[in-house]
Parts: sequence; structure tokens; C-alpha cells
Amino acid sequence: MLYIKCPHCGLRPQTEFSYGGDATVKRPELNKEISDQDWDNFVYLRKSPRGKHLELWQHISGCRQWIKVERDTLTHEIFTTLKANENI
Amino acid sequence: MQKYSVFSLIKNAFKGHKDWEVAWKDPTPKSEYDVIIIGGGGHGLATAYYLAKEHNITKVAIIEKGWIGGGNVGRNTTIIRSNYMHDENGLFSEFGMDLWRNMSQDLNFNVMFSPRGIINLAHSDAQMNVYSRRGNSMRLNGIDAVLLNREEVKKIIPMADFSENVRFPIFGGLMQPSAGTARHDAVAWGYARQADSMGVDIIQNCEVTGFDVSNGKILGIRTSKGDIKAKKIGLCVAGSTNILAEKLNMTLPIETHLLQACVSEPIKPILDNVVTFGAGHFYCSQSDKGEMVMGGDLDGYNSYAQRGNLPTLQHVLTEGIAMFPFLSKLKMLRTWGGIMDMSMDGSPIIDKTHIEGLYLNCGWCYGGFKATPASGWTFAHTIAQDRPHELNAGYNLNRFSTGHLIDEKGLGTKTWIS
Repeated sequence: MLYIKCPHCGLRPQTEFSYGGDATVKRPELNKEISDQDWDNFVYLRKSPRGKHLELWQHISGCRQWIKVERDTLTHEIFTTLKANENI
Repeated sequence: MQKYSVFSLIKNAFKGHKDWEVAWKDPTPKSEYDVIIIGGGGHGLATAYYLAKEHNITKVAIIEKGWIGGGNVGRNTTIIRSNYMHDENGLFSEFGMDLWRNMSQDLNFNVMFSPRGIINLAHSDAQMNVYSRRGNSMRLNGIDAVLLNREEVKKIIPMADFSENVRFPIFGGLMQPSAGTARHDAVAWGYARQADSMGVDIIQNCEVTGFDVSNGKILGIRTSKGDIKAKKIGLCVAGSTNILAEKLNMTLPIETHLLQACVSEPIKPILDNVVTFGAGHFYCSQSDKGEMVMGGDLDGYNSYAQRGNLPTLQHVLTEGIAMFPFLSKLKMLRTWGGIMDMSMDGSPIIDKTHIEGLYLNCGWCYGGFKATPASGWTFAHTIAQDRPHELNAGYNLNRFSTGHLIDEKGLGTKTWIS
């Protein structure tokens, strides 16, 4: 069981959260010419590192806020958790 | 190479089993090969075997960081099937079914292929409609499919929950009678032994630490046992694909996720099919030893851990008990986990890359084991001829940017969602 410290609610078990994937991908800006490659990068391409990974989780059975979690994908150690609009 | 048969078994039994030849050698790497396959799992070993057998390319090395067959080919639930709706998946997998049927004879190694049939249970009228569509698509591609009603399913698996007031009543199911299971380790060992006998060097405990790329061409690899040159290199490393891609400055439409499986204590024969729950993600078969072999959802977040987390296992087994209530009486014998190369449309990639001489085989998601022979066969063709075979032409890398996705499950890019 992972224990994730929600920045709004405190330490809660993983079963209260749902996973939202890599938090580092950036959606191309609106109203700008976007190449196929830009879309490809945003929609499909993922680094999926072994080690530190900044990812989105939603506290779906709690405050329902999206949060950012920095977690090790090999050891599952959680280093920091942030509100969705915060950056490391 | 020594031929395995009942006669060789009897002969060696009289000698106390002391004269068996080694099944494959343990060579030191040469400085150069025609083809290097990175990854000594099922797909890598099969690729090397078909390179030698079909294309007469025998100056081949398999580079494996651990031991052969220690990854997902040793960690799966051994299910073999071709019950896909999309042409690319159906034709590819059905080609593989033919290879499975002849594998024991072809490899002179009993892989215990057991075509016992797979039943996907349906729990609503809508799901029956979807299954009937998939069944028809399969039959158009020459794959056997039978749509079963509730009574027909009950005859085959009477131990499933057919009581009245259940949350997910069984409406019927889609069966592929020719699907089945095989002895997973034997597949790895059989391919390894044959590849070795045709001159392939199987190099274990050798980690790839880097690549030698110049002017867009691959020249060789750097390993923990020294540099090795090759004009053609194939990547067959499943869940470790992104780790090697990073060394090549490539970003791929792949995420690595963890999938668990488990077996119960052995019990008397009760289930002679593979059965999947239709209102969630759970599948079950019974091994020859009598264990119930079970699996289901991914853990649901990026992971390289190769060991699982209990909430997912509990969730999966809750589905299992909803389907087969008797499972609740059994003790768990073993659980384990493997890391899956989850592609962004749920279908694999077997293709050339933008680096000349570098070939990619990845993205097998949950379904790598059954694809072992077809993957090896088509990847060997892609490497030897420097172009994909028509069977794997759809599994190209640029389908993500062109939009020609093969999204069998309709999950979009979030293939980890359960």
C-alpha cells in the first residue's frame, strides 16, 4: 500500500486516489500552429523513467483535487507532494 | 545436438542421467556479430531462432542482463489466444497460433501446448452484442469463435456463479476453442536450445550500458563484458524498453507498468478452460499441477518494481470470487509481478527506427507471452529483410503521429486504467 500525503487532506492510503500519469508533459499552446510532432510528443510520447517520476494523482475519494506526486518508480518512495498548480 | 525423445530418456535413465549434453552453451562474447538481439526473453530467443532457421543468419548474439527466461516469459499466466477484433491483431495472432500448434515438434522440446479453449464471459445484453461483433470479425479472419448463451456456458463451467441475485449475472460468453495454455519456461528453453545449436551465442549476465551510433547508423553496443560490434541490433526488452531508449535519446509511446499474477494451492481438476470475467479484469485457468492461475489488472501507476502491491491483488481476486465463489476457500500459494511495456494504444510495435540498423520490438502490454512465436518470426523477418513483413506492417512506430492506431480495447492513451 502506498501512502500519499495529499497537500489538502494529509496522509491517506493509495486506495483513495486515482492515477493520472506523467505530470511533466505540456499541452501545446492554444491558437498556435501545432505540428504533428508536437501533438505526438504531448499525447503519446513518455519518458517513463526508472527512478524519480513527477506524476498526477486525483484524490478521488477525498477532496477530489488533482495533485502532483514525486515518486520513485523502482522503490515507490514518495519524495514530495504538491498542489496541481505548484512546481518543484 | 542431442535429440530429445522417449528413447534418449530411457537410455540416459540407465546411465543415471549423467551424460545429457548442456542445453545451451555459455560463450564469451565475440567482438563482432551480424545481428545482436538485446533481451533474452521469449521474444528475443524466438527472434534469434527464426533469424537462423528462416533467414540463415547464424552469426547472432543474444545479450541478456540477467538469465534467459527470467523476465516476463517466466512470470505470465501462460494464456495463448487470437480472439482479437482488429485485422492487424487477429491475423498476426492467428499466424502465431499455427506456430504454437507445431512448436513442440519444431523445437524438439515439449512446450505442453494445451488448446483447452478460452471463454470471455458476458454480463449484459450489450456485452453479448459486442462479443457477437468480435466473434464475427474473428471468423472473417479465419479464427474460430463461438458465441455461447447462458445455458451453454453453464454446461462448460457449472462452478461459476449462476445464482439469481448476483451483481453481474452471466448472460453468455464468447469462446475461442483453439486457444489455450503452454508451459512458459519450456518455450524459452526450447527456443534457446535450438538457437544455440544453430550457432547463436546466448550471453547471460551481460548488461547493455550504451550504444555506438554514428551518422544515424548503429555500429555496436557497449556492455559490462566489453564492446561488441554489429550492423543490426534488435531491442526486445519489454518493460526495460524506456531505459534503453533513453540511452539512444529516443522517447517512445511506451510506459512501464506492473502486472501481478498469483496461483492458489493445488486442488483436484475442476477447470479445463481459460475463463475471463467480463465485468472487470480477471482471468483464470488451472495448471497441470492443480493450481488455479489467476491475474487481472495492472497496479495502475508507472512501476519498475517487479513486485506487486496488495490493494490491486485484493481488487482482482474480489472479481475472481464474484465469478467463481469457490475460490474464496482456497489459500494463496504464490504471487509475483512483472513489468509491462504498455503502449499508448494497447498494441505492440515491431518496426525499424530512425537509426539505421536499429530495430524495435516492444509495447506488448498484457499480451506478450502468446505473441512469442509470431513476434520472433516477424521481428526476424524485419531485421533480415530490413523491412516489416505484412503481418507486422500495422505495428509500426509512426502510427501514433499519423493516427493509424490499433486500439483494440478503446482505452485511448491511458492503457493502465482499469
